[in-house]
Amino acid sequence: MRFLDLLSFAAGALRGHRLRTALSVSGVAVGISAVVALTALGEGARRYVVDQFAALGSNLLIVMPGKVETTGGAPFGGVTHDLTIDDYRAIAKLDRVHRSAPMAVATDTVHFRDRGRAVPVLGTTANFAAVRRLEVGSGEFLPPGDPDQGGSEIVLGVTVAQELFRSENPLGQIVRVGPWRFRVVGVLAPRGRSLTFNIDDVVLIPVRTAMRVFNRSSLFRILVDVRGHGEMELARRDVEKLVAERHRAEDVTVVTQDALLSAFSSILNALTLALVGIASVSLAVAGVGIMNVMLVSVTERRAEIGLLKALGAQDRQVLAAFLAEAVLLATGGGVAGLALGAGAIRAFVAIYPSFPASPPAWAVAAALALSLAVGVGFGVWPARRATRLDPVAALARR
Amino acid sequence: MIQLEGVWRIFRVGEGEVHALKGVTLTIERGEHVALVGPSGSGKSTLLHIVGCLDRPTRGRYLLEEREVGSLSEEERSLLRRHRIGFVFQFFHLLPRLTAQGNVELPMLFAGTPPEERRERAARALEAVGLSHRATHRPDQLSGGERQRVAIARAVVMDPAVLLADEPTGNLDRASALEVMELIERMNARGLTLVVVTHDPAIAERAKRVIRMDDGAIQGAAGTADRGPRTPGRG
Repeated sequence: MRFLDLLSFAAGALRGHRLRTALSVSGVAVGISAVVALTALGEGARRYVVDQFAALGSNLLIVMPGKVETTGGAPFGGVTHDLTIDDYRAIAKLDRVHRSAPMAVATDTVHFRDRGRAVPVLGTTANFAAVRRLEVGSGEFLPPGDPDQGGSEIVLGVTVAQELFRSENPLGQIVRVGPWRFRVVGVLAPRGRSLTFNIDDVVLIPVRTAMRVFNRSSLFRILVDVRGHGEMELARRDVEKLVAERHRAEDVTVVTQDALLSAFSSILNALTLALVGIASVSLAVAGVGIMNVMLVSVTERRAEIGLLKALGAQDRQVLAAFLAEAVLLATGGGVAGLALGAGAIRAFVAIYPSFPASPPAWAVAAALALSLAVGVGFGVWPARRATRLDPVAALARR
Repeated sequence: MIQLEGVWRIFRVGEGEVHALKGVTLTIERGEHVALVGPSGSGKSTLLHIVGCLDRPTRGRYLLEEREVGSLSEEERSLLRRHRIGFVFQFFHLLPRLTAQGNVELPMLFAGTPPEERRERAARALEAVGLSHRATHRPDQLSGGERQRVAIARAVVMDPAVLLADEPTGNLDRASALEVMELIERMNARGLTLVVVTHDPAIAERAKRVIRMDDGAIQGAAGTADRGPRTPGRG
């Protein structure tokens, strides 16, 4: 039997029961569209995070005090040294380091007249803007110069500026952090949430001042912008070696952007797979629906099956004919589901334009393959029943 | 052409057994026109199904065109049905979703005949039964006699050696029945072996040979059922 004849024979049989066909197709369509839409959302979430990391700068190394490792035995074995401004200066001089910025962090309340706002206060240097790709909306960023110098300049995130100053111009005004007075030199351009901080809702002050204000001896992080992306691993080793020499112990952790990214990425991939798994349940339900429709069809068409056998259709041809019907139902549903899913995603993106939701190519291919598999998997049993029918008994009844 | 030797067909019904055929021995020559008559339950339909390779004898031998078919695989028996045997049923068994043309093309569909050849041969078969003008009609737009003529066109489109008709006129009025019988008798006259199962004495009379069955055996052959008469072929 020719393949096209098989398909048109099966399609002809399906056209005989339009409503039933439409219902089982829509069952599969719902399942497939759920798979596609949820994959797109999961993939969108992953891309969103990747974009956020890219915004941080893809050549970024992050130096943190303390070593992430499991130590056993000696309870007082490791002494963790502070990560100091001197460490930062030494790192900044390394060959492979393009630029670098220290970070000290605490939460405190910033006051302007009677208004106050509790925000993260970041102590850093002028380089921070370049390392974190920040732009200044008005005024200037922290002044360059010796990081040990301290100073009383402050740069406000745009939300902080709006909340404290309302319609007033904050530039040149004096704000207080605890008992300390700072002069506003700049306001950051709006940026939005960037993973750890909502950068719109922080204030920045010189790092030395910050450590004095918070009474800290150690930096929170040192951010390192590496010259070339290919040198990330070398630069990481350079930094580790340098700090190890300075501290006479390996007591810092250096992570690359890529390591963080792949950790996030694998978490989000797991999330996507979980979503797909949930959506697959509805596909399985749709598959059972197809099986049911095909069983009904086989029972109804006993005489037809008997006739086909009497006309010389071989068992495998009868099997193929009924299997083709199930597969047509399922792939029809698959195509309709793709369209439905694409529509849903388009609607979603129209509502949340910043969210990069789109189904990855593999998901589209997988959805179609899945619907095919549903058709074969759930069609095989009814089709086998058709082939096992005794033609004499099948023809005897009207 | 058709040789049955001591054919039994026993159905298991619950605990018991029904002996539908009890040692039938029968020979039908190429080109014969044979009527199988007998009361309901006499086994004539069972016999027809065995001859048509839709059913297998429980015991005994069946040779179709000098070939033992009882031991053939289901696949091979399908091919025999496709190429050597044509069926005509009391209830026509046309597929309602297909046109007359489509119904006639059906056996060729499963034989993998190319579409152009299929169309051409089906058109010729419809012409032979005088229904060219009805080719695009569906069965529900055809009269009973026309439906049976489409079924006959379908039965002979593969050019079989034997046409098996199970009560072909059982659902037709007198005039249509006559038309249908004349049609298949014309085919018989051109060499097609014809076996007709019927209740109707008037239809049976038209056959050159009438085989009467009762209670699973051929009448007139009683007592010799297991050995059977000597076949003319072995003369």
